[in-house]
Amino acid sequence: MTAEVLVQGLVSGLLMGFVYALIAAGLSLIFGLMEIVNFAHGEFLMGAMFATFWAWALLKLDPLVSLALFGLLVYHGLIRWILGAPMLAQIFATFGLAIFLRAAAQALWGADFRLVKGPLVDGRISLAGIFIGLPQLVASVGALCAFGLLYWFIRKTETGLALQATSQDRQAAMLMGIDTQRMFALGWAIGAGCVGAAGALLAMFFYIFPDVGATFALLAYVAVALGGFGNVPATLLAGVIVGIVEVLGGLLIAPALKYAVVFSLYLVVVLWRPQGLLGRF
Amino acid sequence: MPPVARWPVVRWTGAGTLLLLLLAFPLVFTQPHPRHVVITIFLFAMLAQAWNLLAGYCGQISLGHAVFFGAGAYTSTLLGKYFDLSPWIGMVVGAVVAVAVSQLIGYPVFRLRGHYFAIATIAVGEIVNTLMINWDWAGGARGLFVPIKRPDSLANLQFHQSKQNYYYIALGLLLLAFWITRKVEVSRMGYYLRAIREDQDAAASLGIPVAAYKQRAMALSAALTALGGSFYAQYILFIDPDSVFPTALSILICLVAVLGGIGTLWGPLIGAAILIPLGEWTRIYFGGTGKAIDLLIYGALIMLVSVIQPGGIMALAQRGRRRTG
Repeated sequence: MTAEVLVQGLVSGLLMGFVYALIAAGLSLIFGLMEIVNFAHGEFLMGAMFATFWAWALLKLDPLVSLALFGLLVYHGLIRWILGAPMLAQIFATFGLAIFLRAAAQALWGADFRLVKGPLVDGRISLAGIFIGLPQLVASVGALCAFGLLYWFIRKTETGLALQATSQDRQAAMLMGIDTQRMFALGWAIGAGCVGAAGALLAMFFYIFPDVGATFALLAYVAVALGGFGNVPATLLAGVIVGIVEVLGGLLIAPALKYAVVFSLYLVVVLWRPQGLLGRF
Repeated sequence: MPPVARWPVVRWTGAGTLLLLLLAFPLVFTQPHPRHVVITIFLFAMLAQAWNLLAGYCGQISLGHAVFFGAGAYTSTLLGKYFDLSPWIGMVVGAVVAVAVSQLIGYPVFRLRGHYFAIATIAVGEIVNTLMINWDWAGGARGLFVPIKRPDSLANLQFHQSKQNYYYIALGLLLLAFWITRKVEVSRMGYYLRAIREDQDAAASLGIPVAAYKQRAMALSAALTALGGSFYAQYILFIDPDSVFPTALSILICLVAVLGGIGTLWGPLIGAAILIPLGEWTRIYFGGTGKAIDLLIYGALIMLVSVIQPGGIMALAQRGRRRTG
């Protein structure tokens, strides 16, 4: 184990971490708004990756736009009806959605692994002995940009402030004249849009198949809980931690155990801070 | 005066008739497949009942119960394979192992609440799954075959000629789960658990040792789940991490309970009696196409139930009763 390998691992982890953060940001936003954990988040990601694949194959609509529309559809078709339901009903509604979407992808496109061949950016660059895959670099820079855009939107625009207000106190926001139902729908659109961007970026270098979302979703749940549920900026930190721990765990312990290391880290952190690193209780 | 359905005599005759019908079922249906479906219903009703003890009565939504199922399945199989122990002993040891594991898991995760707890249990389940896949002595990713014993005997818990004995053993396990849940329901512990579910802080302020009772509920739940796991291993005769440790299994266990209605004695059985045949039939009629149509219907149904009747089928029945009574 040389220092070079370690740095290489850190860099790869960091790059992946930004993508994880973007996936987790959508999840966290939705949770912060209406306290619903979207267990179909991984399937949204899978959908975005397939959309990118078909956009590549057939040159059609951008997945970011179609996913945001899809998020609206999910909100109005399913989530709106379970807002006041007990937590279990909410969990299972999104679980049902996850199973449904996964099966739909398999029914429509089959269970084969697909890959975007000859993407726009390809190859790798070498910086002082550290190799960086160009698609990975583009993906992480893209994810970081999308994250910045999201941050700007919820912190600086009036709509974003209304979103925050709704997330902090639903009743008070309503009294201030904020249409909370619209904010919820917007939250789903943005959340799905974030995961759509992440999916499009991931599709450049990752295999695409109906079950692809499961692992990413698990890592995103961990990132959200690690950062603190509902705290969108904290997911950036948490996503990067997850990415780096994943790579270092694989490097220092055993590649087969890398996810076990990530999940163990999560347990250790919530033991020490049950509300997550930067969460409010 | 309570409505007719509440009279003890009506209740006991109802339960007695159901038991007689279940006892007579394998005598009428001699084909393996209907027996297999009902055995699976019993198994999942039992697992859901075990989960119900912790989630339904105590309000702790665990999404990692496959850990205990797998602990039971692996303990009895490994003891049989390496030490030639009877699966009955293996079953008991498996339950003990599961209780030990549950206490180890419970100590940290019970400090978490709500979604943090649910996600922590998923994380634990994934950690255990990953470890089992990489543990070569326990078969690793290839899994384990339960050593075949001939001839069929109750002592070996293996029956290769007919499923009838498996049927009665599964029914026995289900009755055990029901009996324990009923005992808990009417005991002081049952009241404590429900108090914790309704408001943990209020329960603590009234002097209920919250952490200790959560651990007890978890221990009971884990032990029962492990018994189901050992039975599964002896019934299928092959186990691997993918079949006994996946998060999907944990989810299915909760789904059965949620569909029937959690926090009720009969919910898990009703949920299993609907969900298991439904899964079986959609698989038979739509499963062979490779198009996952069965899962499509399954997923749509789960969404529908969550939206229309979040309290499960028992809530529907109770609503009807309130209207008439």
